[in-house]
Amino acid sequence: MSVAPGTEASDVGAGLTARAGRSGPARRAGAQASAGIGPYRLALRRLRRNRVALAFGALFGVIVVLCLAAPIYAHDVAHTGPNANHVTEKVRVGGTLTNVVSLQGVPIGPTWHSRFLLGADGNGRDVAVRLLYGGRNSLIVGFLATLLTMALATVIGVAAGFYRGLADSVLSRILDIIWAYPAILLGIALGTSLALGGVTLGPFTIKGNSLLVPAFVIGIVYVPYVAKPIRGQVLALREQEFVDAARVQGAGSLRIMASEILPNLASTIIVFVPLMVANSVLLEAGLSFLGAGVQPPNPSWGTMIGEGIGQIPASIHLTFVPGVMLVLAMLGINVFGDGVRDAFDPRAKLRIEERAEEALQLTSEEAA
Amino acid sequence: MGRFVVRRTFSMALVLLAISILTFLIFQAIPNGDPAQRLAGRTATPETIAAIRHTWGFDKPIYAQYLITMKKVFGGTVISYAQQINVLDEIKRDLPATISLAIGAGVIWLGFGILFGLLSAIFAGKLADRALTVLAMVGVSSPVFLLGAVALYFFAYKAGIFPNGGYVPIQDDPLQWLSHMVLPWITLSVLFIGIYSRVLRSNLLDVMNEDYVRTARAKGIGERQVLLRHVLRTSLIPIVALWSLDFAAVIGGGAILTESVFNLQGVGQYAAQSIARFDVPPVLVIVMFGAFVVVLLSALSDIAFALLDPRIRLRSA
Repeated sequence: MSVAPGTEASDVGAGLTARAGRSGPARRAGAQASAGIGPYRLALRRLRRNRVALAFGALFGVIVVLCLAAPIYAHDVAHTGPNANHVTEKVRVGGTLTNVVSLQGVPIGPTWHSRFLLGADGNGRDVAVRLLYGGRNSLIVGFLATLLTMALATVIGVAAGFYRGLADSVLSRILDIIWAYPAILLGIALGTSLALGGVTLGPFTIKGNSLLVPAFVIGIVYVPYVAKPIRGQVLALREQEFVDAARVQGAGSLRIMASEILPNLASTIIVFVPLMVANSVLLEAGLSFLGAGVQPPNPSWGTMIGEGIGQIPASIHLTFVPGVMLVLAMLGINVFGDGVRDAFDPRAKLRIEERAEEALQLTSEEAA
Repeated sequence: MGRFVVRRTFSMALVLLAISILTFLIFQAIPNGDPAQRLAGRTATPETIAAIRHTWGFDKPIYAQYLITMKKVFGGTVISYAQQINVLDEIKRDLPATISLAIGAGVIWLGFGILFGLLSAIFAGKLADRALTVLAMVGVSSPVFLLGAVALYFFAYKAGIFPNGGYVPIQDDPLQWLSHMVLPWITLSVLFIGIYSRVLRSNLLDVMNEDYVRTARAKGIGERQVLLRHVLRTSLIPIVALWSLDFAAVIGGGAILTESVFNLQGVGQYAAQSIARFDVPPVLVIVMFGAFVVVLLSALSDIAFALLDPRIRLRSA
């Protein structure tokens, strides 16, 4: 653990004074403000020292930028669209003219040319172009779903934890019910029924093949996984002195929730975001693979892998290309997310590792 | 204790009722458009559509449809739209494959999850811990159907060690059953091993700080005894609770991706095939069945834990 002992020691003292502050500055066990430095800056500083997490975060960032640049790649490099069909065309590979899709229906593999850089699929579409467009769709769904999950979970978690009583019972039961479904089964149930005819919400109509459908479905499915921990934290927070202090000063419930409770939840919410992005993209991939997520011909990493699996073993690149990209992206965000968690809650890590060293020394002494 | 069981059973029944209503609404109320029209196909005459609407009961009010559906579900007479076969018979036929998958994979992921978590905690901060962390990260970052596809490609198509999917009943040929199950077991286990080893690692390191562990050490108990008897035992409670939920989800058709990739013909794959046909009744029944198994097993595990640990019993009573 690379945190200087001085910083940690000053944290404790500052935490006590911070608690006396009127508006309860964002603080959590392990993320107190040290004198003059906010908890976020402190977390940022810790995160900056974690090279591994930053490297993986950068990997994810590069993938996001690449996917956002999909139209540029398609237009200026590959000169073809994600759904453009080249079945009957021929390309020059290593000096010989080859069918994009052979007469047996086997598409060409990676050519390392600007068009069909990573090969073609069974419909003669450019895999590299579809990979980037698919990634864009997967990431859009993942980010939108995360946004929805976090918003709903925060509102539900705060309301249930703060009001307790009847509101808590009702909201918690609703969460229990969603929780009881295996995530993927609820996902396919909602995904299938919404994809059938789209949704009409007042004046807005969402088409069944819109990206908003899987984003909505995934956003709902994951709400309990975030709302429950938030509720638990609010239950503890509402008993803190600064909440009493605010109430004595005449602040109403809404005001307390917004300016006393919510800032204290910020670090929890931040820690959840990368985790939820990863889970949402993975669930999107699973749903799309089953046909209950992103609807064809729109590409997504999940639909591409699903189409690719049907072509194993002849065209393994159709599975490998989107698969490797998906795993890299998920690895990037997962490791980065781990780093974010450690940055906000370093004490847990510090404590357990010291403790483990101690135990280990004991063991070796015993052996000696 | 009796009161705890009654309370838990009652709340379980309520959740199950709510699940049946919600599942029904998801399939009957949310989809835009006319279900009779979908059933009849594009070229149907208005008369056919009207006849279908009447025979399937789409013309009745929604609560009546719910009651009829539930009567059919519990009477075992749900018929699928697409194939006109009894859904429960299909599920019964598919259950052995799903149970084979769940038991084998469940044993593997629990065993390796505990082993890796224990090693990771013992060597916390050391190379072994780092290596296991990397493995766990790769595990939780890989979609299960991708792992399955890659495993099939290398071990079935390239090396020819294992068959390329399918299921052989254990009573027909135990050896064939085993060789068909090995890849699905391992594939399904990877993600869970990643999660379980991480959870157990942090639990173990937390419990090592507890006072009673210090007491045990002070009494002069050997470090290995402390770790296995005192630390591991307590740390395993949340792991076993987690396991019972995940295991239930797999039994309830939650391993839909693994089953589909390996063509196991289990409950999950039946759901996947029904989705592809937009065949609502099987999906409705399987989703309900899955949620029921999860709720049932989590209630059972709660009661089991209450029996084992008086603190839980007192806290919730």
